[in-house]
Amino acid sequence: MKYLTEYRDGDLTRRLLAEIRATVKRPWRIMEVCGGQTHSIMKSGLDQLLPPEIELVHGPGCPVCVTPVELIDRAVALASRPDVIFTSYGDMLRVPGSRRDLFSVKAAGGDVRIVYSPLDALKIARDNPAKTVVFFAIGFETTAPANAMAVLQARAQGIQNFAVLVSHVTVPPVIAGLMEEAEVQVDGFLAAGHVCSVMGYWEYPPLAEKYRVPIVVTGFEPVDLARGILKLVQLLEAGRAEVANAYERSVTLEGNRPAQAVIAQVFERCDRKWRGIGTIPMSGYQLREEFALYDAERRFPEVGQIAAEESSLCISGLVLQGRRKPYECPAFGRQCTPQTPLGATMVSSEGACAAYYRYGRQRQAQAIQQD
Amino acid sequence: MCLGIPGKVVEIYERDGLPMGKVDFGGGVIREACLAYVPELQIGDYTLIHVGFAISRVDEEEAQKTLAMLAEMDMLAGELPDQPGDGED
Ligand code: SF4
Repeated sequence: MKYLTEYRDGDLTRRLLAEIRATVKRPWRIMEVCGGQTHSIMKSGLDQLLPPEIELVHGPGCPVCVTPVELIDRAVALASRPDVIFTSYGDMLRVPGSRRDLFSVKAAGGDVRIVYSPLDALKIARDNPAKTVVFFAIGFETTAPANAMAVLQARAQGIQNFAVLVSHVTVPPVIAGLMEEAEVQVDGFLAAGHVCSVMGYWEYPPLAEKYRVPIVVTGFEPVDLARGILKLVQLLEAGRAEVANAYERSVTLEGNRPAQAVIAQVFERCDRKWRGIGTIPMSGYQLREEFALYDAERRFPEVGQIAAEESSLCISGLVLQGRRKPYECPAFGRQCTPQTPLGATMVSSEGACAAYYRYGRQRQAQAIQQD
Repeated sequence: MCLGIPGKVVEIYERDGLPMGKVDFGGGVIREACLAYVPELQIGDYTLIHVGFAISRVDEEEAQKTLAMLAEMDMLAGELPDQPGDGED
């Protein structure tokens, strides 16, 4: 596919790596915020091909990983109801709640269905008027336009048996939250290109300025990632705490205005708890009052009061803040594997623990492969 | 779930009042997507699809510009000696 294979070119990636080597003078800790980028970096082996001065640390940008355990428990409670059809993206099913996951509810006969898009969930609601269809609306700013549109469509089409369990998170507040933490030491950020495709990057210059940290909007293919890292290293070496865009083919400063408008119509900002990290002020979206009818937590208030417990072994909170590498967790690869995950970072394909496990981060550096 | 995938718009139509389209991801994979957020999309355009929604148009001009810039850098970097650790294809 055009604009995909070109940006996977091993030769171009190696040239960029040579340029990075020629540019870097001092050690830098660089955080890629997005789990999709973590995955891509591990898959291409980019982390092992960078000069030793550059350490990549992995950020909290995995929506599956940061969805709080209380919400998983609520999802499990909703999915267990005979009057509910619970719909979700596939990677939420194995995320451990405090007692069960959605997969075990499904195995026990619960009506849990994997959908690719929230519009699919809406269709299920239309086809099953006797049940309430709940969609697990998780994600960053990338999925918010889709989820907002599903709610608007439900209203426009008069579909009342549709509700969303919202666990939306946003990137800029978590960057600020990380920079406020003394233990988190990050010199520069790679900002998630697809979040910026929706939101633009006008929210970032105040952050770069306040925390004296450069931020580079970066894509997902090896060439994109190498370009983003090169740009960031150039800014770091020049001592410039600026924002740059290294994903020009998809991202503009202002982003996707129609999508931003629909997000703002349906959602409002709220404090949000991040699994393993804690509550970050104004870091999430919740449905506006006007759309209360479509809010699963208001429609089923009895599932709101659930006390949740985490596995005591799991240090995914530290992993999600870039403070520990997955292999520093004593359970990594032992009690905790993708088949028996203790934490969400081992479940999601965007989770750092799963990426380290899958791509065996003890292995030798390999060439950037073409897919 | 969060990964956006670029594809080529091959069909545009309307359903339930929403602009929809068929998007070709290559390798014979064609899926339906909602085009409401990128109304300027035309057949033949490249777009980024996220959970069934187009969220941006892949700008061909910018894509070419980046590639041309990298090709130029290629020529400069070509004069650098090979570095250990590069591995092979
Ligand atoms: S390896 Fe497993 S237990 Fe350890 S931090 Fe990762 S998810 Fe948690």
